[in-house]
Amino acid sequence: MTAWTKNSSVDDRERLKAFEQMVLPHLDAAYNLARWLAGNDHDAQDVTQEASLRAFKFFGSFRGENARAWLLTIVRNTFYNWLQKNRPAEMAGELDDEALMVEDVSVNAEAVNLRVADAQTVQRAIAELPVEFREIVVLREMEGFSYKEIADLSDVPIGTVMSRLARARKLLQKSLAGEFQPGGAK
Amino acid sequence: MNCQQARPLIDFYADGELDAARILELEKHIHDCPACALAWRNAQTLKKSLKQDSLFFTAPTELRRAIKAELRSQVETKSRWNFSNWNWLTTATTSVATACLVLVLTLSLTRPSAEQRLTQEIVSSNIRSLMADHMLDVVSTDQHTVKPWFNGKLDFSPPVKDLAAQQFPLIGGRLDYIGGRSVAALVFHRNKHVINLFIWPASEKDTKPAASASIQGYNVIHWTNAGMTFWVVSDLNEKELMEFVQDYDSAIPLL
Repeated sequence: MTAWTKNSSVDDRERLKAFEQMVLPHLDAAYNLARWLAGNDHDAQDVTQEASLRAFKFFGSFRGENARAWLLTIVRNTFYNWLQKNRPAEMAGELDDEALMVEDVSVNAEAVNLRVADAQTVQRAIAELPVEFREIVVLREMEGFSYKEIADLSDVPIGTVMSRLARARKLLQKSLAGEFQPGGAK
Repeated sequence: MNCQQARPLIDFYADGELDAARILELEKHIHDCPACALAWRNAQTLKKSLKQDSLFFTAPTELRRAIKAELRSQVETKSRWNFSNWNWLTTATTSVATACLVLVLTLSLTRPSAEQRLTQEIVSSNIRSLMADHMLDVVSTDQHTVKPWFNGKLDFSPPVKDLAAQQFPLIGGRLDYIGGRSVAALVFHRNKHVINLFIWPASEKDTKPAASASIQGYNVIHWTNAGMTFWVVSDLNEKELMEFVQDYDSAIPLL
């Protein structure tokens, strides 16, 4: 009748040991996401630390599937709560995903031959994206999560994941292509 | 397949999210169409640009150290308590200790634990609040109206936060009676679901990690923070209820 969490009854030290073995190996992923979202080291450290302590506190709710996705969900929640408290102006509100879709289908958008850009240029291009797009680029391209995993992790429909990703890529391609054109941004 | 159809599929293909049947069609189209072939190359190039190692931030060593130290100290503070209990046990004779242990074990295995009884009480209170017309003593979505309403009715001041911005609007509050004491009950909504949040001062034995349970179709999560014990119950799914817990917990200062 009652399903008790296995972790709630075991000894605290055992709990910490399990946490250190299962969750802390993903601290780099946690910091990377926080760093891209927050935009600077100091705030990223605050968010990562708070998220890690919170994760330990709620470790009892971890069902043992994907520790990295579970930790990043908490980083994400912690970050958006932090953002609302500290930089409310940056909360984008509702992104108009439908409007984004319409613009995306234009076929002849990219006539340039894109080349692999250097890290500094790419970093600047990502940093210029709105926060929801930065998030999706990190989760998809750096962390390699599937559309379904990203939808679960960020609590949006899978269609929204696809349209945001498409839009983010369009913006990145435009920005990176501009870097190579004579008289472009570079 | 024409360009209109092919273009949106290029990203899915690059992400490994395209089904086998359409992969064949798309590959054929890319082979025949220079414009789409360029789009395909650009998609791959972009992916390559984004996958550079130097774009990945690694956690600074001092952060890693600080987190580990903080977690250790949390655990150590608690285990010192256990240690003093253990000392007491070793001074008693072994046989008495063993007998006690056996008794405690038997009791805890055959009887519902205090936690289980409390969970049942929380769920019952939640059901009562839904059945009778007594969910709210104070109806307000304003935390600055709800919090002072408890003044003089409780011997503590519960942290009241409205989570409307996180899609968990505060509806109001009432007095309730749980585990032999008066407690604050706050009511929130998520879509059509009702969430009851019970708050009372934490005792020493309450300061343990968060835990969740599901009972009679209701999800129950409890945790402690800022010297208070929080129990939340709802027919909302566990994932969203956990989201509520994290949002509420983030809204009060971390201790």
